Amino acid sequence: MSKMHIKLTVNGKPVELLAEPRELLIHVLREELSITGPHIGCETTHCGACTIDMDGRSIKSCTVFAAQANGANVTTIEGLGTPDGLHVLQTMFKEHHGLQCGFCTPGMITRAYRLLQENPDPTEEEVRFGMSGNLCRCTGYQNIVKAILAAAAELNAVKEAAQ
Amino acid sequence: MNEMTPPKTERTAALKGLGTARKRVEDARFTQGKGNYVDDIKLPGMLFGDFVRSPYAHARIKSIDAEKAKALPGVIAVLTAADLAPLKLHWMPTLAGDVQMVLADGKVLFQGQEVAFVVAENRYIAADAVELVEVDYEELPVLVDPFKAEAPDAPVLREDLAGKSEGAHGPRRHHNHIFTWEQGDRDATEKVLASADVVAEEMVYYHRTHPCPLETCGCVASMDKVNGKLTVWGTFQAPHAVRTVASLISGIAEHNIRIISPDIGGGFGNKVGVYPGYICSIVASIVTGVPVKWVEDRMENLMATAFARDYWMKGRISATKDGRITGLWCHVTADHGAFDACADPTKFPAGFFNICTGSYDIPVAYLAVDGVYTNKAPGGVAYRCSFRVTEAAYFIERMIEVLAIKLGMDAAELRAKNFIRKDQFPYHSALGWEYDSGDYHTAWDKALKAVDYEGLRKEQAQRLEDFKAGKTRRLIGIGLTHFTEIVGAGPVKNCDILGLGMFDSCEIRIHPTGSAIARLGTISQGQGHATTFAQILASEIGIPADDITVEEGDTDTAPYGLGTYGSRSTPVAGAATAMAGRKIRAKAQMIAAYLLEVHDDDVEWDVDRFAVKGAPERFKTMKEIAFAAYNQAIPGIEPGLEAVSYYDPPNMTYPFGAYICVMEIDVDTGEHEVRQFYALDDCGTRINPMIIEGQVHGGATEGYAIAMGQEMAYDDMGNVKNATLMDFFLPTAWETPHYTTDFTVTPSPHHPIGAKGVGESPNVGSVPAFSNAVHDAFRSFGLTQTHMPHDHWRIWRTAHELGLHG
Ligand code: FES
Ligand code: FES
Repeated sequence: MSKMHIKLTVNGKPVELLAEPRELLIHVLREELSITGPHIGCETTHCGACTIDMDGRSIKSCTVFAAQANGANVTTIEGLGTPDGLHVLQTMFKEHHGLQCGFCTPGMITRAYRLLQENPDPTEEEVRFGMSGNLCRCTGYQNIVKAILAAAAELNAVKEAAQ
Repeated sequence: MNEMTPPKTERTAALKGLGTARKRVEDARFTQGKGNYVDDIKLPGMLFGDFVRSPYAHARIKSIDAEKAKALPGVIAVLTAADLAPLKLHWMPTLAGDVQMVLADGKVLFQGQEVAFVVAENRYIAADAVELVEVDYEELPVLVDPFKAEAPDAPVLREDLAGKSEGAHGPRRHHNHIFTWEQGDRDATEKVLASADVVAEEMVYYHRTHPCPLETCGCVASMDKVNGKLTVWGTFQAPHAVRTVASLISGIAEHNIRIISPDIGGGFGNKVGVYPGYICSIVASIVTGVPVKWVEDRMENLMATAFARDYWMKGRISATKDGRITGLWCHVTADHGAFDACADPTKFPAGFFNICTGSYDIPVAYLAVDGVYTNKAPGGVAYRCSFRVTEAAYFIERMIEVLAIKLGMDAAELRAKNFIRKDQFPYHSALGWEYDSGDYHTAWDKALKAVDYEGLRKEQAQRLEDFKAGKTRRLIGIGLTHFTEIVGAGPVKNCDILGLGMFDSCEIRIHPTGSAIARLGTISQGQGHATTFAQILASEIGIPADDITVEEGDTDTAPYGLGTYGSRSTPVAGAATAMAGRKIRAKAQMIAAYLLEVHDDDVEWDVDRFAVKGAPERFKTMKEIAFAAYNQAIPGIEPGLEAVSYYDPPNMTYPFGAYICVMEIDVDTGEHEVRQFYALDDCGTRINPMIIEGQVHGGATEGYAIAMGQEMAYDDMGNVKNATLMDFFLPTAWETPHYTTDFTVTPSPHHPIGAKGVGESPNVGSVPAFSNAVHDAFRSFGLTQTHMPHDHWRIWRTAHELGLHG
């Protein structure tokens, strides 16, 4: 199958690659680019383990072709923080025991990252609804919700202090 | 006290030992996307495997033509049973003493069964090749109803067993019969039931479902032909057992096999077994000489990889007029699918289902389980429960409710009246177990008080009146459960898997600078072992948990163990950890005494050090002792500070709990709302309260899914009706209830630190709590039993059948 030339930005770095038209973005990220933070839990858009941020939206990367990401700006869990400068969500997930096996976690945090930009001060209900595209089999969500609310509070406090 | 010595409490806190809500050490890598799961593994030259699977539930294979597939560029090999047969690998042993086809040998027995294994350069080519393999099937009559399995004219499923009247668990009476397992006293039970004041009888079905961890199963097999060593990374809940089995069936010497469980994305019993994908990947790597990866997709996982439950439990329970239970009778028809691949200790073909007398003092009981073959996927794994304990708890907790209805008694009162009393422990149950410890009444009273049980009943009665008066269309159900688990398999004298005794192990090395590494025979799939086992050890040896690395899952480095499932890690490996720690401490005591120039008996343990009795200012900390162990010649003592313990538990542990669910049900839509869920767990000594709470949230959410919508359903043709996450119910954050957790502490008397294990209690306890709430809502309209899962449609139908739709 002939390959397509694709250019995109992943976690702030420009990337060029060749991919078949049918190749899914999740496979390209994981196998070509060795970005293994986003996981595969279903490949049918149900579980959210593959969630990434693409041009300011949460995207399930098992459901877009790599070709569709041409020219896009993609952020994965790997791009949200650094070991010395964790994103507040990363800290809060640990602080509030928002993960167990960790398989859903990159998708969860990446989705929550966008959710808090869509709605910086969500209620618990809004968090639960906003996260409902991401499945977790281990935690029962209660601590995930807690972690996200705590992260929102922290981000807002920082914002307020800056003003 | 020496001025330099901080107070005991401060030193204890610094250890972050038992009882501390220590944050998890695993989280740094997982929150940064740096976990290492099997599908993340990438080796040079690695190929991908994929299965051709049967579209039919029962069919003869007339021919397989793989030529077109093989001709596709990028396809390296296509394996069929014929290729595996010379190696005797076309069949494999199951954990239950049966055999299972690795690749279809002449026929297929369930939809989704593995027929051929394609090996290609990447997953896309492999998928293309799967499409190109032509299989000619001749359909055979399909058996899906376990009650028809033993009809005289029932189709013969297992032709390989023709003429075999003896199975792994005794006589087989029919070609589709697997075993009969009997426990208790049949005659005595029949007698009691025949003359009882009251007998309640019910068929309780615990439907077929699936553990569905978020990560599916998979492996990477790498045969290094140069040094003859096979390495397999995979989603293995029991890596050492996999190594032994792999050695036995492949003929490769066990020392030349290395099994590694990397990070595992949830297991819940799904990853205990050995699956055809593992065998095929190993063979493919041996054949091709390069690493082969196989990771099943979600549909394959749901259709073919280890279902759970599917028990039809017929029960009779008797009592005196005033509600004293006198006897329990139970017969189970167990649908095992096409191969008996239950993950149970060898001598327990129905697992520990004989815990079905529950939390109650039942003087006499009888249980018989009949396992049968059907044209469904094999499995029967313990989906976040100890072997068949969830089924048992559901059965007894339903029977109690049914009996309460029959007696016209409050179900909470009936339970309290029949609980095993605190002073009866250790308690010998009528079906053969010795319950180690419990205080059911205290837990029950605490739970009832916490939810204001009386107030709830009043509100429920009021709501019922309003309903009858046409003022509301919503009913309230109060779901009660008091469960007793049996976990921590288990004593080697009666528990083994494939002949391997179910002990577990821990090996500890203290480094010269006073930090440590502990290696265990278990493997975490999210339970946080690296965090909690370090805590156990910190309390035992006085080295801060933060200075202890815990490593599991690599058979080349970890001591032999039977793995993590059945809530056995804390009861067994946790005990091994404590015992190994005590060996370290014993040697440390001798070193300390030498350094302090006193007799061994003249020093005493003080949190993180040994001090001279009566002279606490003279001491040696563990750090100092560790250094001395490596740097000083001590007469009569070997250098170094290491220990290993293989722990064979004297008994199982028996965690218990009281769960209460308050549910609102809309009679017209069948929708429900869980208004309150209270979960009290008694898991003995609590190692990390934060992790316990997380386990309860997660387990209860699985229970919620199972009770309220999750199932593996088949049509008459044996087609799986819900093999995608579109149809298979996994609750999201939106519908998942909020949980209130609580606890009592009744330590296990035989466990070194008194811990009992908790990971599975919430699944065991919550399923009956949710289900009982649904039943309770309709109790006053005459409902005694309706089968799970209680999805909206089924609840609507129940309301409809009870005439509530006018
Ligand atoms: S893998 Fe993309 S949604 Fe599940
Ligand atoms: S932590 Fe395991 S799936 Fe969410």
